[in-house]
Parts: sequence; structure tokens; C-alpha cells
Amino acid sequence: MTWETVIGLETHVELATKTKIFCSCTTEFGGAPNTHCCPVCTGMPGTLPVVNKKVVEFAAKAGLALNCEITRYNKFDRKNYFYPDLPKAYQVSQLYLPIARNGRVSIQTGTEEKDIRIHELHMEEDAGKLVHDPWIDQTKCDYNRCGVPLIEIVTEPDFRSADEVIAYLEKLKSTLEYLGVSDCKMQEGSLRCDVNLSVRPAGSAELATRTEMKNLNSFKAISRAIAYETRRQIELIEEGKRVIQETRRWDDNKDATFSMRSKENAQDYRYFPEPDIPPLELSEEYLDRLRSEQPEMAQARKARYQQQYGLPEYDADILTSQKALVDFFEETVALGAPAKEVSNWMLGDMMRRLKDEELEPKDMKLTPANLAKLIRMIADGRINRNTAAKVFRAIFPDNADAEEYVKAHGLEQVNDAGLVAQVVEQVFAANTSAVADFKAGNQKVMGFLVGQVMKELKGKADPKAVNQAVREKLGG
Amino acid sequence: MKEILNLTALQLGAAIRKGEVSPVEATRAALEQIEARKADNAFTALTAETALRRAKAVGKKIAAGELTAPLAGVPLSIKDNICTKGVSTTCASKILTGFEPPYDATLVEKLDALGAVPLGKLNMDEFAMGSTTETSFYGPTHNPWDAGRVPGGSSGGAAAAVAARSCWYAIGSDTGGSIRQPAAYCGVTGIKPTYGTVSRYGLIAYASSLDQMGPLARDAADCAAVLDAVMGKDPRDGTSLDVPAGGLLAGLTGDVRGMKIGIPADCFGDGLDPEVMKSVLAVADVLKARGAELVEFTFPVMEYVVPTYYIIAAAEASSNLSRFDGVKYGWRAEGYEDLTDLYSKTRTEGFGAEVKRRILLGTFVLSSGYYDAYYKKALQVKGLIKQAFDDAFGKCDLMLTPVAPTTAPKIGESLSDPLQMYLSDIYTVSVNLAGLPGLSMPCGFDSKGMPIGAQLIGPALGEAKVLNAAHAFQLDTDYHKQSPVEKEAR
Amino acid sequence: MKITTEMVDYISVLSRLKLPQEEKEQMTGELERIIGYMDTLNALDTGGVEPMSHVFPVKNVLREDQVVPSFDRAELLKNAPKADEEAFLVPKTVE
Repeated sequence: MTWETVIGLETHVELATKTKIFCSCTTEFGGAPNTHCCPVCTGMPGTLPVVNKKVVEFAAKAGLALNCEITRYNKFDRKNYFYPDLPKAYQVSQLYLPIARNGRVSIQTGTEEKDIRIHELHMEEDAGKLVHDPWIDQTKCDYNRCGVPLIEIVTEPDFRSADEVIAYLEKLKSTLEYLGVSDCKMQEGSLRCDVNLSVRPAGSAELATRTEMKNLNSFKAISRAIAYETRRQIELIEEGKRVIQETRRWDDNKDATFSMRSKENAQDYRYFPEPDIPPLELSEEYLDRLRSEQPEMAQARKARYQQQYGLPEYDADILTSQKALVDFFEETVALGAPAKEVSNWMLGDMMRRLKDEELEPKDMKLTPANLAKLIRMIADGRINRNTAAKVFRAIFPDNADAEEYVKAHGLEQVNDAGLVAQVVEQVFAANTSAVADFKAGNQKVMGFLVGQVMKELKGKADPKAVNQAVREKLGG
Repeated sequence: MKEILNLTALQLGAAIRKGEVSPVEATRAALEQIEARKADNAFTALTAETALRRAKAVGKKIAAGELTAPLAGVPLSIKDNICTKGVSTTCASKILTGFEPPYDATLVEKLDALGAVPLGKLNMDEFAMGSTTETSFYGPTHNPWDAGRVPGGSSGGAAAAVAARSCWYAIGSDTGGSIRQPAAYCGVTGIKPTYGTVSRYGLIAYASSLDQMGPLARDAADCAAVLDAVMGKDPRDGTSLDVPAGGLLAGLTGDVRGMKIGIPADCFGDGLDPEVMKSVLAVADVLKARGAELVEFTFPVMEYVVPTYYIIAAAEASSNLSRFDGVKYGWRAEGYEDLTDLYSKTRTEGFGAEVKRRILLGTFVLSSGYYDAYYKKALQVKGLIKQAFDDAFGKCDLMLTPVAPTTAPKIGESLSDPLQMYLSDIYTVSVNLAGLPGLSMPCGFDSKGMPIGAQLIGPALGEAKVLNAAHAFQLDTDYHKQSPVEKEAR
Repeated sequence: MKITTEMVDYISVLSRLKLPQEEKEQMTGELERIIGYMDTLNALDTGGVEPMSHVFPVKNVLREDQVVPSFDRAELLKNAPKADEEAFLVPKTVE
């Protein structure tokens, strides 16, 4: 029996607005408990919600970028349930008329291309954080996160593998990040994913009972959870047992999912239209403005980089994977640096530094102007590549000026042909056996001699010029 | 009783501005009267010290010409479901015992700004759910006209305090008649303005789509002055309308010539006490004598207003009251075993029977399987009710109806049959459902000497018309000038 | 319509109320009467009528995305039945 895994995703994304969705408290990450709060977001009696216009804008932009139909007349609804992280005991969300519906995201896994359908995208408010303090055996309720704006994006059950899920999430991240509506950091909780999974015999058209998996905090966890749950369900069915529709919690340490004790018998949320918030009616003009503000997205940009700059697909792919990289690249190129050159520096030295220092591109201090300077200095022959690499490493952390650094450390390339010739003489004189070796047929010795000359010149000579001089002296 | 207590709020305001009396004197007189009328049980909290300090400060500013509003320096009291910063706000419920909001309602801020002097908080039905002020955790308020009778509800304390001359005006709230009905039972004037004209920020919500705050006072002019001060768009209330504040007092001409007063036959049929019917219909005659025209018509939608109201109000209330759980404010039960137990015990012990009944009713009508048949249906009927009013106001300028089917019942007689109590709201709930302005004014007394009230309903944003017609009526009659306390010789 | 004590149990759990037995029985009877009365709405034909949530056609009430300083934490915690200097406290929550 061959099995097919059927997966749907519900993704919550924190929007990068300055203030919360229904009050003007800051959405800044962190902060001591309950210091980013007010009577509205702590659910005090008599308080009322007022919608943040940026939240609507970001949600609509996201909907447009995901190829959704925008629900021009949309409103909020109350989802009622009791939990200490929900101060009003209801969450304001959108059920009946979500802001966007019927979208699609195209993904690529290997050579396969596929469209994932978006069922809907809606706005809602986040809940607070609960932290159990074992010293006092009490749970502390921190409402800083209450009211942080979220969009929830629900797909149709179109995924058939973990790879497809990851490809979608990466595309989603890239899209939302390009738009500037979220920083999409799973590790900070600004991107959260719940996975709905069921299995069925390959070829079957019916949907089987599914489970929902929560607490998936990384792409790796998602992949492993999908693998585990698929196996678990298949085993159950093959043993003649039923899959129970339930919510299961992924445990990273145990590499398994566990049934969550249900919070209430019936999840009857008693949704009804939120009476405190008048409906939204988005005009065509408004949507046109949002469309016009959409930046060139990753896919189009990647194609353009290949065409306009002749960059190989691999390079273009990595560069366009993040808006911060794209912005950096384009600014540097705009300052006159050759595209391929910039690309090489970014994909090589810059990526290494970012990785070593665990830094996000957008948090990098190095500026396009500074890199452009460095590249120009190489092109002008004022430093050689080896030196440039060292300079890059040095200026990267604090964006020390490339030119000033080179000057201050006396790293200017030695372009004095006479000096080079002199040093070549000295090296040849000091290494007569090596020279003899070469004349005897050992070509590799040339490299050694070149290295010696470079060493004498403290690496500041143009390797090409040295190479040339040595070759000439060797009479070849 | 001091003569000063007999003045209307506007008369007192004028006297203060002229320097004939000081806000401190007025405040002292009111505090003495409150003490004398303690048996009314109209108050849940008194802020005497603060009031006197404030009266002194306000008095100076008035003398210096810095505060010039008509109601500057006039003491008032505030229903206990309205947030007053640092002052106990309990909604007359055990579950909010000791709650001191860290902020003022927008309405309270506006009154503060003009130099009003709040004396304290007023008793009410618990969470504004009730028609007699008997569901209060602090015991019932007594009707000043007859201590054995209820003052009405849920703003019973407000109506009683004004009737007993314990303050010059009060702020109440009205979701299904809670300003108008107690005003009628206590012989004072009260108005619920158009939905959205007074900010709800700081009013502890019962039914969000129906709640409004409004004044109870000696007459329509006082009510107009209060509304002038508190109406207007509030950025903190998304449902507040962009209407200019002011002009209502200035618009009281008493001229009702040509005004069409609609008399809906369905409001004057069975179930209405004959003495009440007579007095209310007599209002039409007074207005007619002043040049108004009377228009009779049918209003068959009346049959559906009570179930529609209770479904919607209970549904919204069940959600609005979920936040009372013993975690963030108020009272917490003892002896709970875990979180769920904490919630259940606190809410079961902290809420009274009527509140629990409405929470259960509201939960039911929103629950899976019943939402369409009840809640959604009620919202559809609400649309039809609004339409019926819109049609009616195509034929008339104002509607005249009774406020309640009877005068004030005896204490203890109403709570045994909740459904019967709900039915008595029939004349008032429709106005909240349609979001319209409704005013209640005294128009007579029954054979037991209890006040009778008449209701004037206006089209949306028609408070000016409603107040003017009431003012016209009050120019020709003196029911509104009667008070149970003047009769008691001192 | 018939209201049973099981139904009352169901809505009680949803609303975190737990009535003692006699109260529950009385409440069941009262609710049945009240809801029975609500059923009178069925006589009204509402086919094609839009459910009206908001009584006036107000739309698009929006606020600028500008930070306003948050409230003093002590003020917000002041009314809590159980809190420390940082947060509201509840019994251990189950995941």
C-alpha cells in the first residue's frame, strides 16, 4: 500500500507595526513583563479597541502579494474562550469576512513547480505569555504581547511533503519580508506554524481524519514532525486503529508528537461580529495605492539579475533570498561597482562573516558605499585581492572606512616595478637550488618563488605583476 | 432641606456664576441631604473630601472667569458602572469589589474639564442587568416617593438621588431603558442620546451595541446642558459618531408648531395600566395645544422587540463579562483547586442570579447549533425594527409612548418571574435596538401618588427635537417640579 | 424549545459557571421559559434580510501607528487579587 501525506498549514505572522492592533502601546520585542501595556490591552473594564491603520495596510499588502482577492468589506469577530493569556477572555479576529481570500503561492521543489492555494488571510490580536514560576508554584501572566497584530494565513491541504512545506514557508518569509510587513523570525516567534496532517492511500481523493501539530519552532522541527506524524498515522491505520482528530504537541527533545490535554470539552468559540469595531471598506483607490507600493518581488528580481547583470542562477537565488541583501546589492551596484564583483563579495566573504557573527544582513553595519570603495581600490590596483579580503574582515564589524584603514595600516599595493624586480633578484639569489629545480623541469617551484617574493613584499604587491616578473626571470 | 437643593442644575450654575452661592456651599448642602436620605440607599460610594476640595478649587476658577460652562461648580453623581479614576467602581457587583480604575471615562474627563463636582457613585442593578435596582450587591435603592417601592433600574440610584434632591443631576446608562424607566418611576427627566453620540470609553460594557450614557435631572433644559458637555467624537471609542457637541440648550425654544407627534396604537393597548395610558396620552394634548399635530399609526414590530433585545443584549453581555475572572481586578474566590476552579468559583460566587441567567442565555444563543436560529435571527429582526422606525419617522417627527406598563412596583415583587420583568421593558428596548434618542419625562401621578413618565422618541441625531418637545411640555406643566422631599416639612 | 440540564451544563462550562444542583434545576426551568419566549421570533419572516450588527453605517475608523507611552505597570497590577511586582499570578496552567 502506498500512502500519500496531505498537509495544510496555518501560519501566524507578527506584523512589524510600531503599535499594537487595538491600542497605541509599543510592539517592541522583549521588555520587562507588563511594561508595554495599557488598560485596553490588559482588558480592563470599560476600555474599547481602535484599529491601527498600518495593520490593515500591511494585511492588505500581504494579501495582494499572495495573489488573494481582497474582501473589500471586511470586519472583525470575537472568538470567546477562557485562558489566562487572553485578558478579555475573547480574541478579536476575523471569521466571517477575512480581509483576503482565495490566493496562491507558487513553490519550487527540485524541478517541480506547484501552486499552493491560500484559503484565507485574516487579521487578529496576539495573546500574552504565561511563564510558570516553580519557586512560588504560580504562573505569571505577562500581557506585553497582548494585542500585537498578527495575520493568520491558512492554506488548502495542498502540500504532499515536508519539502513542499519548507519551500512554501521560505517563499512566504521572503514575500512578507520583501514587503516589509514582518521580519518573519521563527526564533523570535514572529512566524509561527501549525501543521494539519492526514494520510490516505495514494490515489484516493477523500480527505482522511487529520491532526493538528503545534510547537514547531524551526524548519527542522517541521520536517521531523511531519515525518514522525506521517509514520504514526500510517502505523495506526495499518493496525486497524482510527486516527483521532486532535491537537498534538511536538517535542523537539523526544522527537515525537504528544496529544495535548484539551483545554475545554468543546471548542465552541461562539464567534459573533465585534460590536465595538465598525467594519472596514477598502476602496479600489486604496488597493491601487498598495499595489503601486509593492516592491519588485524576489522571483522577478532574480530573473532580472540573471538577465541584466548576467549573474548565474545560483548567485541570483541567494542574493534575492532576503530583501536586505537585495537592497545592499543594488545600492552597491548603483555606486558603480560591477555586479558580479559585488555578488562575489556578498556571497563569499560577507556570508561567512554574517554566519560567524550570527548576524542578520539587515543588522549588518557595513554599508554599500564602503564595499564599493573597497572594490574600486582593487580595480584601481591600489590593493590586491588577498589584502582586500583582510581589509574586508577588519572593516566589517564597525564599518571602518576602507580607504582610511588601508592608509592607516600601510596596506597599499606595491606597484613599483623596480622594487619588485629588485626583490625578485634577492629571492632568486637566496634560492638557487629552487631555481635550478625549475630549470630541471619542476614547474611547481615557480609558485614557491612567487610566494617568497610576496612574503618579502609583505603581500602588498600585485600577485599578477610578481607572477609575471618571476616568469620572465625564469625565462619562460 | 435647604432651598438651594430645589434649584435646577442650570439655576444653580447661574447662581454660582453670579457669586450668589459657592460650589462649596452647594456641595455641603448636597452632602447633608445625602446623609439625610441615607435610607434611600442610592449611593455605593461617597467622595465627600475630594468633592469639597474640588468645589473649593473650582469656585476659585469660576470667580476668576476661567470656567464659564453653564454647569461649572454644580455637584453631580455618577452611576457605579462608569469608571472614575482612583474611585471605587463596582457595577454593584461582588465580583468587582474594591476595583479602582486607573483611568476616567471620557465623559468624566469632560465633566471634570468644565468644573463639575462629583459627589460619589450611584447604586444600580448588578452590571446594569435589571429593571428595579434590586439585583445590586449592595441591596435595593428605595423609591423616594414610597420607600416600599423600587426606583426602577438599572440606574435606580441615579433617579432616586435626583428625585430626593441629593444632587442636581446624575449620569446613568441605558441599554434597554435603564435611564428612562427609573426616571419615570421617580418623577425625573432622563434622556438616552443617539447611539454613538456620547463616548462609551469608560462605561463598563453590558451590551456594546446598545449601551449609552446619559443624564437624569430635574428637567429637559438640564439634560440638554449635560449632553452639550459630553457629546462628541472620541478617538478612544470606534463607535462614536462625528457629531458636533453643543447647541442643544440654546435650541430649546419650546416651539413645537407643526411638529408631527406619532402615536403608535400598538403601544397603547393591552397590558398598559389605564392611569398610565391616560397621563401619557394627555401629553399629546398639551403638545397639540402648542401647535403640534398628532399622527396615529400602527407599529406592529413592537411584538418582537423584547425577545430581539434580550437575545442580543445577553449575547454581548456573556462575552463582555467573561473578563471578570478573579485574575486582573476585583474579587477572587477562595478555596479553588486549579485554574478552571478559580474561574468557576469566582464567577459563580461573584455574580448574582440575574447576571448568571443572562450570561447563560447569551452563551446559549451564541453557541454552536443555535447561533443562526437565535443570534443571527435577532440581528435580522433588529434590521427590521430599525427599518420600521425609519418608516415611522417618514410620517412623524417624534413618537410618544409610555415608558413602562405600570408605575413603580413594590420591592420584592418583580424578581420571582424574570420573564415577566423582561416584558415590562417593551416600550424602551426598541429605542436601543434602533440606536435612537429617547427621553422620559414626568407627566402625571397615579392614584397611589406614584410618578408616571412619558417617552418621546426621536429619529437618529434628533436629540434637539426630543429635548425641545419635552421642554415645551415642561413650560406648560409642573409635574417635573414635584419632589417627594419638598412635601416633608423640615 | 426544550432546555435540559445537560444543555445547561454545556453552556455553564463554556461560561465558567458552576451552579449547585437546585439552582441549576431552577435555572433550567427559567431558561426554558425565556428561550421559549424567544422562539416567537420564528413567526417573523426574515428571508433575505441582512443581519444588522452596527446600527449606523460607520466605517473605517482607524488610528495612526504612533506609539503612546504605556501605563505604569504598578497602576495596572494594583487591582489584581494576586500579583507580584511584575505580573498577574494564577495557578499553574496546563499546556
